[in-house]
Amino acid sequence: MSADNSPQQHGPADGETRRDFLFLTAAAFGAVGAGSVAWPFIDQMNPAADTLAMSTTEVDLSPIEPGQAITVMWQGKPVFVRRRTPEEIKMAEDVDITTLRDPQTDEARVQKPEWLILVGICTHLGCVPQGQKSTDVRGEFGGWFCPCHGSHYDTSGRIRKGPAPKNLAVPKYTFLSDKSIRIG
Amino acid sequence: MGSKERKAFDNPVIEWVDSRLPVFTMMQKEYGVFPTPRNFNYFWNFGAIAMVMLITMIVTGITLAMHYDPNAANAFNSVERIMRDVNHGWMIRYLHANGASFFFIAVYIHIFRGLFYGSYKKPRELLWILGMLIFLLMMATGFMGYVLPWGQMSFWGATVITNLFSAIPLVGDSIVTLLWGGFSVDNPTLNRFFALHFLLPFVIVGVVFLHVWALHVTGSNNPLGIDVKGEQDTLPFHPYYTMKDTFGLVVFLIIYVAFTFFMPNSLGHPDNYIPANPLVTPPHIVPEWYFLPFYAMLRAITFDFSLYLCGAGAIGGYLIYQYAWRKAPDECCKSLTVPLLLAAVVLGVPGALLAFFKDVPALHGVIDMIPFKSVSLMPAKLGGVLTMFGSIAVLFILPFLDNHPVRSALFRPWFKPAVLVLLVVFIVLGVCGSKPAEGFWVPLAQIMTLAYFSFFLIAIPYFNNNEPVLKLPNSIHEAILAVPKSLVIGLLAIGLLAYAPSAAEAKVRADSEQPSPSAPEDKAEVPPVAEEATPAEAPATAEEGAAIAPEAKEGESEHAAPASEEAAHPAEGAHHAVPLPRQDWGFQGPFGTYDRAALQRGFQVYKQVCSACHSMKRVAYRNLSALGYTEGQIKTVAAEASITDGPNDEGEMFDRPGRPSDHFKSPYANDNQAKAANNGALPPDLSLIVKARVGGPDYIYGILTGYEAPPAGVELASTQHWNKYMPGNKIAMPPPLGDGAVSYEDSTPTTVDQYARDVVEFLAWASEPEMEERKQTGLKVIFYLVIFAGLLYAVKRKIWAKVH
Repeated sequence: MSADNSPQQHGPADGETRRDFLFLTAAAFGAVGAGSVAWPFIDQMNPAADTLAMSTTEVDLSPIEPGQAITVMWQGKPVFVRRRTPEEIKMAEDVDITTLRDPQTDEARVQKPEWLILVGICTHLGCVPQGQKSTDVRGEFGGWFCPCHGSHYDTSGRIRKGPAPKNLAVPKYTFLSDKSIRIG
Repeated sequence: MGSKERKAFDNPVIEWVDSRLPVFTMMQKEYGVFPTPRNFNYFWNFGAIAMVMLITMIVTGITLAMHYDPNAANAFNSVERIMRDVNHGWMIRYLHANGASFFFIAVYIHIFRGLFYGSYKKPRELLWILGMLIFLLMMATGFMGYVLPWGQMSFWGATVITNLFSAIPLVGDSIVTLLWGGFSVDNPTLNRFFALHFLLPFVIVGVVFLHVWALHVTGSNNPLGIDVKGEQDTLPFHPYYTMKDTFGLVVFLIIYVAFTFFMPNSLGHPDNYIPANPLVTPPHIVPEWYFLPFYAMLRAITFDFSLYLCGAGAIGGYLIYQYAWRKAPDECCKSLTVPLLLAAVVLGVPGALLAFFKDVPALHGVIDMIPFKSVSLMPAKLGGVLTMFGSIAVLFILPFLDNHPVRSALFRPWFKPAVLVLLVVFIVLGVCGSKPAEGFWVPLAQIMTLAYFSFFLIAIPYFNNNEPVLKLPNSIHEAILAVPKSLVIGLLAIGLLAYAPSAAEAKVRADSEQPSPSAPEDKAEVPPVAEEATPAEAPATAEEGAAIAPEAKEGESEHAAPASEEAAHPAEGAHHAVPLPRQDWGFQGPFGTYDRAALQRGFQVYKQVCSACHSMKRVAYRNLSALGYTEGQIKTVAAEASITDGPNDEGEMFDRPGRPSDHFKSPYANDNQAKAANNGALPPDLSLIVKARVGGPDYIYGILTGYEAPPAGVELASTQHWNKYMPGNKIAMPPPLGDGAVSYEDSTPTTVDQYARDVVEFLAWASEPEMEERKQTGLKVIFYLVIFAGLLYAVKRKIWAKVH
């Protein structure tokens, strides 16, 4: 503030410290207040209580045949549920993980090898990869292929080729019974 | 502002910017060194306060718009979602709702200050007109904002106000259809009101910019109303007035947050917590308190303008023109005065009989004899609309009506009492507007309307020619030396601070009985009287000033209290045959909390009794955690309900056990089924019942315990019951509670009274689940603001020490 024509800035030296202290205290107080007021107006953009409460989805697995996949919605996102064939499981388990961009064993990504549950969002820039339908292109590794920027995922949903940095994410889920799971 | 006159800044970054775009030079000139009269009192704070309120409204409004859904089917739900689920949503919404009121309070005080000290006069006419334009835009914005929650008052307020335009001859109905985008207020209306409610605040910002620009061309007026003569009369705006404004602002904010956090609905209407229903109008349609004086003037014109009334009015207008507007009446008029007066009386008597005494049975014989009585030059409806808009129009043209050479009322012996009377008239009009349009409120509103217009159209022109011109002080500087200024300012500050709690207290009394729109107005308008007295009389002695301040304060609290009591009584009289007894609820008051055990018992009563007929759609099972239930218990409670979900993969709906995220299951599939099952009476949803009824918890408790045998001679239909607290006494709900109907797990007595208390506690929680958090936050905020105000006051005193 270059408003140096205010008379108190040329006041006597003895009053100076106390006055400066007062001014600083008031300014600091005001800054703290402004900060606390800002928080609710930022935090209101976070998910609301009803949105958070809706964060689980239950899926019935009984209609899914080996080799088939379904897509369910969880938190507004697609979740891939794929019942893998023995060949697909073997393909996923046989990969030498040292060759992977995001090294992870297949066991670490599934609870039961038959059921692969993934968040269906490409880790590159958020498109939904193809490969759920039998007619889809599944990429060079038999898993999924993201058409936006050409990322290839294998039968464990791991990134094998293309720009994506990470494997397809595995959501938190629990088996309620042999034939049903709850995601979230 | 050429770069040649620019003084270089030390900071190289600021200098780099400023030499290319001199924003810092401009700020420095307009808000740094800007020469400002040194004798402002605290009334000059309200411009800055209004500015801060405008910004507050925009910030809270934009954040609300992120969650609001402007769709007739979902608007009410989305507002309730903001209140219940959005993080801090309740706070943002209450800040916005009460912020509107406090914006108007600041602006009303700001306008009255301009009126009192003659700030509208030359050379500040355009400044005043721009201000009035802001006021008008604010009214439009406030009205449309009140429509958005889509409650009963929203809907019917929108219907009534848009129907004003139907008074326009010939094209009125087409204009109303255009405004609605349909044949009634409906979804298209809501959509466009939302769009305009979002747009207009930014238009206001634009006009505020022009308003401030115009102010910085002419410079500020001051309490003495005399021109600034030189440097000894002024101070740089910063730090003197930046600090004084900030201090005043924080004091104002304390009152604002007190309302927001401790009585957030006291300025609104319970009816607006009932979703809009195009088939039922609430018994009392009342606009927001800040429109009440204008609304009273609209309703004051209850009569058609007959030939006689118009004739008498024309002659009266001519005489007023000759005697009040002109320095001296024309010679020819002077000689005609007596015959003209006679003519006015002759015409005026039948005119008045037709207009005001039509319903007096004793006069029917006389009225029947009047010829041509069915000839009307203007219907009452159009008359009312023109009167209302005219009441704002006179404010616009005030600078041209008043050309008395003295500005400040302090030096105008006639104007000063007149403008204070105007203030009283305005407040009385506000009270009239809050009452049902019946009984003596109608003639009172009519007289007050006449008085309001007389001030502008008779008194002001008359003063122009006849009010003596007093000798004014030579300069601001000289006048200040004669006054022990610091003492006066100190007293004013104490007055303001002491005023806040007393007003709030009066409000607490009023609001638990009925939200009384008149009280805040007193609050807005009364301080001017108190403060005005002090600078005016202070020049005499300090003691006198000291004596005046408390006196004025006393008068002011006296004023507030009867007004609010008044507000409560007639409404109760109209509603309840027996006055509603006040109950002692643990959740009321600034420290009140819900009793968890009572909440759980109340939930049990709700579940076993009320929920058989009443839905509670806005509460979810997960919310029960606030009652002290564990997650497991909540899951069990939720799973007892069977919720329809779907469609499943086969495209069919299916039933599944409830989950915590589900909302309470309604007993009926829809309203029609509910009506059919209850003899045609719809059991209201209970989620908001405590907020949606005048009397709140006391009313619900009254209804639950107020069943009696009907008095002798009263016939009840077989589906009706007699309840002493029900408006109209006839109620379709059979007595819901009986002793021992619900068995409590603990040793709490199983009586009707205990059940009623417990279930009211539970329903109060369902209406205001945020209440405890709200009060706790409020205490913190007020604690902070009070300390901050103290610090700022110390800073302000230090800075001003040199000047005094």
